[in-house]
Amino acid sequence: MFDLGIRPDVSGHFGEYGGKYVSETLMAALDDLNKAWQKLRKDPEFLSEFDNDLSFYVGRPSPLYHAKRLSEKIGGAQILLKREDLNHTGAHKINNTVGQALLARYLGKNRVIAETGAGQHGVASATVAARLGMQCVVYMGEVDIHRQAINVYRMRLLGAEVRSVTSGSATLKDALNEAMRDWVTNVDSTYYIIGTVAGPHPYPQLVRDFNSVIGREARRQVQAQFGRLPDALVACVGGGSNAIGLFHPFVDDTEVPMYGVEAAGRGLESGQHAAPLTTGRVGVLHGNKSYLMDDDNGQILHTHSVSAGLDYPGVGPEHSWLKDSGRAEYVAIDDKEALHAFHLLTRTEGILPALESSHAVAYACKLAASMSADKLVLVNLSGRGDKDVHTVAELEGIQL
Amino acid sequence: MSQENRLKSCFQTLGDQQRTALIPFITAGDPLADASVDIMHALVDAGADVIELGIPFSDPMADGPVIQLASERAIERGVSLHTVLQDVHNFRQNNQKTPVILMGYLNPLYRMGFTQFAQSAAAVGVDGVLIVDSPPEESVVLESLLVEAGISMIRLVAPTTTVERMQLIAAEATGFIYYVALKGITGAGEGANSDAESSQRINTMRELTGLPVAAGFGIKNAESAAEWARLADAVVIGSALVTRLAECKNIEQAYEVVKSFLAPIRIAMDNVTK
Repeated sequence: MFDLGIRPDVSGHFGEYGGKYVSETLMAALDDLNKAWQKLRKDPEFLSEFDNDLSFYVGRPSPLYHAKRLSEKIGGAQILLKREDLNHTGAHKINNTVGQALLARYLGKNRVIAETGAGQHGVASATVAARLGMQCVVYMGEVDIHRQAINVYRMRLLGAEVRSVTSGSATLKDALNEAMRDWVTNVDSTYYIIGTVAGPHPYPQLVRDFNSVIGREARRQVQAQFGRLPDALVACVGGGSNAIGLFHPFVDDTEVPMYGVEAAGRGLESGQHAAPLTTGRVGVLHGNKSYLMDDDNGQILHTHSVSAGLDYPGVGPEHSWLKDSGRAEYVAIDDKEALHAFHLLTRTEGILPALESSHAVAYACKLAASMSADKLVLVNLSGRGDKDVHTVAELEGIQL
Repeated sequence: MSQENRLKSCFQTLGDQQRTALIPFITAGDPLADASVDIMHALVDAGADVIELGIPFSDPMADGPVIQLASERAIERGVSLHTVLQDVHNFRQNNQKTPVILMGYLNPLYRMGFTQFAQSAAAVGVDGVLIVDSPPEESVVLESLLVEAGISMIRLVAPTTTVERMQLIAAEATGFIYYVALKGITGAGEGANSDAESSQRINTMRELTGLPVAAGFGIKNAESAAEWARLADAVVIGSALVTRLAECKNIEQAYEVVKSFLAPIRIAMDNVTK
């Protein structure tokens, strides 16, 4: 069951954040979507169909794994991995796309569109579209198409059309712009599957609702396996969907600190990073008010991260609210630290993490090192690293 | 003359003459960083009644490739909201009559600060502001500051806008209503077709607000401008003009383009019997 808490409020705001900053053409579609979602999120039949898909199609629950060798190597707190990498298609993204596909079908739409950065959300969207026999178009930045070639081919195998986006920085933010433009044009026939907890209301809420299964399971599992709640939660934050999915069911457990890990890229001081919560300020982008990275003229900055999935200048509005309220803390891990964690986890546990998730692992190791061995640090291992093998090889000068 | 009166008297005069307002759109700072003011004067000479000046933004979600690229080029040339306001200031040195509407996205205004923006815009002689990604629900603060400064916040109505929303939009609208003539982005596809539904929506907004209604998005040439002039009180031409201006290397060429492109549109619109 979903948390029926008051955030966001009826107008889609988390404090001052969130909202519906879109052109008039989309307002009616968002109102329809919102009405449908406010009803369905409490509809037992819909929720049981969703739960059923999570069990038998996604493969949930995902295990909570005690990484003993890694914990020993770090020499501090025990590190627990929430294994979203074991989901069908290899990341948490499928939780959301399974749910939104059901929603699209409910709204009678036969064409779905999606934006993607690392390609995980694109693959997850193409997957559910194939399963429900829907037409699927995925927008992806030209730069990301190059660095995530395997995922591009996976989407094509699944029958999706991948459209290259060359405008702006040719990464995730530009793919999102292009998907919005498609939606404005085809609003009658098309459902837009947004992949993260950003965008206009009700997307930050519904993407959170679908991903909250991560935190609900983790909360249950840690209590069953260790008899108590963890001492810290850690998750990487690009747009922030896997982090919100983990954090949300723990928000009221105020004794459990929550850490969101942004991408420090080549270093925060270099300016080449993707850390709006750590270094940015409040503004309006992609339909919502939240922290973002812009210049003094309000132009959105190009970002950099070794991981395509974190390479985004904005962040979901609920994270902005969690930051300001002090309930969550946001930190940053740079490319080098993430790559180090990628190798460390692979060699100590035989688990190849996505570069996005490697940021969370890197911070969890730092944190664990400062804590005693009887403490528990629960990390969301949001995706697997198979897609990143080429990127890592290239960075290390290895020809495959 | 105060800002609101400039728009009001413009539409009043045109109404008396049974003519339709021609509103060309240009992206500030394109094709040249420092030619926007000259181009604005050229637009007036070619028959423009109101000028819509685009504030370049890095992520223009509602715009097609033409205006996206124009914005990218302008930003590269160092054009910003500050320079756009400076352009209006310079334009007003020689033109106190033609209303100027700024069109753009919210973040540059948010970064400047709504209060400072409203004050500066009023001081330089801006008459209206159209912010694509700021629907009435999210515009309370900005709108009250603009109205206080005597500037209209121009409201969009789309083919998808419901009757309930039309009433919501009408309740706060000033200046004129901007009817989005197609479901899509600026400059899209084969262009906008005027149909019975558009006609009905335009009439509804006119009745609800008592304000003039402009049609824009996808209106590309004399033929479609004339078609929309039958329904609306104003016609906006954007991408088609920006495309032609993009090729200009200097102000002389821009002047020629403006003249040769707008002249047949002006004539076609003036030949429409209202």
